[in-house]
Amino acid sequence: MKAAPFAYVRPGSVPDVVAELAAGAGEDAKILAGGQSLMPVLAMRLGRPGVLVDINAVPDLGAVTVAGGTVRVGATVRQREAQSAPETENVPLLRMSLPWVGHREIRGRGTVCGSLAHADPAAELPAVACCLGATLSVVSVRGHREIAARDFFAGPLTTVLEPDELLQAVSFPAAAPGDGFGFAEVARRHGDFALAGVAVRAGPGGEATVACFGVADRPVVWDGADRAGAADFAAEAVTAGDAQAGTGYRRHLIRQLIVAELDRATAASLDGGES
Amino acid sequence: MSTPRPVPLTGTDERITTRLTVNGVPAEVTLPARVTLADALRDHLGLTGTHLGCEHGVCGMCTVLADGTAVRSCLLLACQADGAAITTVEGLGSPADPHPLQEAFGRHHALQCGFCTPGFLMSACDLLDSQPDIDAGDLPAELSGVLCRCTGYRNIVAAVADASRSRRPGRPETDRG
Repeated sequence: MKAAPFAYVRPGSVPDVVAELAAGAGEDAKILAGGQSLMPVLAMRLGRPGVLVDINAVPDLGAVTVAGGTVRVGATVRQREAQSAPETENVPLLRMSLPWVGHREIRGRGTVCGSLAHADPAAELPAVACCLGATLSVVSVRGHREIAARDFFAGPLTTVLEPDELLQAVSFPAAAPGDGFGFAEVARRHGDFALAGVAVRAGPGGEATVACFGVADRPVVWDGADRAGAADFAAEAVTAGDAQAGTGYRRHLIRQLIVAELDRATAASLDGGES
Repeated sequence: MSTPRPVPLTGTDERITTRLTVNGVPAEVTLPARVTLADALRDHLGLTGTHLGCEHGVCGMCTVLADGTAVRSCLLLACQADGAAITTVEGLGSPADPHPLQEAFGRHHALQCGFCTPGFLMSACDLLDSQPDIDAGDLPAELSGVLCRCTGYRNIVAAVADASRSRRPGRPETDRG
């Protein structure tokens, strides 16, 4: 349970980080932020990157900022910081979901962007980003690009990021007046990865978006969600199943979760917003 | 957490010098990058109060405070603790002057084999600092990041609930032990 040897570099600026990523691309360079997913992978030797590029010495990446109706969370912002930062007050769904991420000790070090980049199919934050239509800001020596959350996840533990790219921030749209939200999951123990979970946004006009996690190889988004269609959606959306929870059980869970959280989000919307 | 200093590219056979504070005492370690903070504390600084169970972030035995926040020291490289103030169970209290959590653990028989105790103490210390008014009903979920293989959870939860009612405010005085 000790990591294999690796080269290590801790640059002090974003240009230096992307330069190191470009230089280390041939040696399977990996970004180290909170390390709450990467460090277990190293300890169990499931992965053996040649170089770790630690981004924790870059002060710019640790900021939560509000600009133009969005809340931007930098790459080294810890999940616990995001939960308590005054700037995230207008992203209630993020605050609702964060207590479900791992344990307090994990959230003290783990980052919001790291959870997105790791892309575990059972993780909460990718579904939250997809539900809200978040935008991911990516930078490399070749330039900068913005990726919609719904286009970011390509499969289990797989994203569209190139090996030399840094996910430097994620921008969540602030809640609009009258938006209501719901979030819930079912796991075997508190802090475990979810067997099934949902993030819901309901708008004042009655329109709702549901994003499910733990049920397929990536978040499954349902625009125009309604109670009546939950069973049909669950039958189609749920493809995951294992010894812990078969596909049929996950379909049952996701249907129940969608109905309950749609009700909660809609009630909150009718009530004037949030949850 | 405090911002560490930049480090130039360091090869697999090279070492990194890290300066940190442990229980209020300045410390310096020069180690390969892959050495975890838990191993640095135990093997290089002689602080064996921090226990290691799974070594991959599941069991919570190795929980310490980094700048006052509970973290798993097996999931943090020693070199990442550069500039940080680390508090281990040795900094929490001493036999002559135990921390209120330690007193409560004794009163409630909240340790059986004792292996998980340092992890629970440090996790609970952070919990009561950040949520001093926590409802007793929320304690099992909030303490779920540390596993007790003796399954003595009821006494542990009772001890933390007791300490939350009686403990002195503020962080542990880190210059003792």
